Amino acid sequence: MAEVSVKNVTKKFGNFTALDDVSMEFPDGGFFALLGPSGSGKSTLLRTIAGFLFADSGSIHIGNKSVDLIPVEKREIGMMFQNYALFPNMTIADNVGFGLRVRKVSSDEERRRIGEALELVQLSTLGDRKPHQLSGGQRQRVALARAIVTNPRVLLLDEPLSALDKSLRVDMQVELKRIQHEIGITTIFVTHDQEEALTLSDKIGILREGRMIQSGPPRSVYNNPVDRFTAEFLGDANIVAENDGNGRLNVSGNPSIKIPEGAETASALAVRPESLSISATEPEQEGLSKVHGRLVQRMFAGAMSTCIVQCGSHTYKMVARDQDVPNLSEGENIWLSWKSAQTIVIP
Amino acid sequence: MSGVLLTRLGKLWLLSILFFLYAPILVMAFMSFNASQYYQLPFEFSLKWYEKLALNTEILDAATRSIAIAIVTTVVATVLGTAASVALFRFEFRGKRFLQVMLFPPIAIPWLITGTAMLIFFFGIGLGRGTPSVIIGHVALAIPYVIVVVSARLATFDATLEEAARSLGANAWTVTRRVTFPWIVPGIIAGALFAFAVSFDQFVISYFLSEPGDSTLPVLIYTSIRKGFTPEINAISTIIISVSMVVMLIAARFSNFGGER
Repeated sequence: MAEVSVKNVTKKFGNFTALDDVSMEFPDGGFFALLGPSGSGKSTLLRTIAGFLFADSGSIHIGNKSVDLIPVEKREIGMMFQNYALFPNMTIADNVGFGLRVRKVSSDEERRRIGEALELVQLSTLGDRKPHQLSGGQRQRVALARAIVTNPRVLLLDEPLSALDKSLRVDMQVELKRIQHEIGITTIFVTHDQEEALTLSDKIGILREGRMIQSGPPRSVYNNPVDRFTAEFLGDANIVAENDGNGRLNVSGNPSIKIPEGAETASALAVRPESLSISATEPEQEGLSKVHGRLVQRMFAGAMSTCIVQCGSHTYKMVARDQDVPNLSEGENIWLSWKSAQTIVIP
Repeated sequence: MSGVLLTRLGKLWLLSILFFLYAPILVMAFMSFNASQYYQLPFEFSLKWYEKLALNTEILDAATRSIAIAIVTTVVATVLGTAASVALFRFEFRGKRFLQVMLFPPIAIPWLITGTAMLIFFFGIGLGRGTPSVIIGHVALAIPYVIVVVSARLATFDATLEEAARSLGANAWTVTRRVTFPWIVPGIIAGALFAFAVSFDQFVISYFLSEPGDSTLPVLIYTSIRKGFTPEINAISTIIISVSMVVMLIAARFSNFGGER
């Protein structure tokens, strides 16, 4: 187990800058997400940490030692690939034991550790099968067992759950978190799924166009995005006010939107869809920001309902438990309101 | 109606192909067991041509030489060709495209021209004619076949398997031996069979490069046909065909060409 630290890493492919002066700390034993749209450099960063790529400048440390000159096979990492990359010609047990055989572990110990790893991922009975005889979820567990059986210092996961269907994905999130917790290994995973990043990680790094835009605990990044991109990428955000270009916030002539103290010169104000309340009449409570608009669409999705509301030139998205949405129909005039404390100030 | 007709025509077509492919071979094999030297019927079973063959040291020497040359060619061409395929698969380097394109002309250029060029070249460098020249010529001809076949198999190989093996601590040699190699073995076997066939069947290059009295089997067969045909040739041909059929069947059985393993 070890902490990982990425310091001012830049990586170019020809003229294309895949990583631009990226820095991030990954403390020992944590679960970290690298999040970004495709082409943001998140996979490049993971592959540079793994050692498949070498940084043009900057430095990567694993456990306080620079690994800049150390090739993949000597970095003591465990990696899980998007397509699992199980060796098709080997049984499950042989797949899991590959890293142990490479390390010339005695066959008794090899057998014991394969058994432990398979038990950890709850596949003890499938050791004799071949990868093609397993389901997607099972293959993924095997890939995980294979990655951790060598007791690596860091576990790297490249889009680990993207190949699974939705219900299996949620199960595997829980499972992944449990296993990570059980063995306490520093884990870094790449994802483009913001919900997955929020659910699993202790700390998120958000990348865009090769730059690390923001990093921090999920809740803090979600509640205090540093820019509009992060606000809109990590969850949904209704932009309620924008800077008018003269250094003043323009609340679109809507004085019922309260500008938080000290936020007059911010670039924008936003509010999350789940912070909004909807009502047919104007809410009278103190300390609310509110806007008047027309309910355009109401979408029922089981536990939650999503409402699309048109307020002047702005389109708002609201999410609430279906039972909390009053009996309103599409086309009605309504009010949206939120506690002013819920207003997100984008600096 | 027309469907049935088409099916029947298709079957007829297939039968004709098989007939024209195999009838001459069957006739030859049949005649190798016929006592008459002039293909006279009625058929009279006899093993005398095989007995004569067993005493014909010229043919047996040529056959031994051909097999030896083919084995050496197969080993050298398969090793070099496989290594080249893996390198072409794994690395990006300057001139890679050019190199890949340049692999195909040797397959397409008429052997007569390649043979002439090789003859001039080997005299030019002072090696002249002889078994070493024949082997070098055969290897040069066989390598592109091996590369094409092995590369086709490698194209179905998932390169992340190599990355996975490296992340588990395997060095380049272990990755090749334990992960890449098992996947391409069917391709290597197929490539080796091609190399063997290219060498063993090779007439033109061998004819140009071998010394008189040192000729390979195809060359000897050709020269003896010119002198006057004997059914011993039928006998040796029948043996060769039987052996290669069996080898092909075994290879197909164990390598499962192109399929999943």
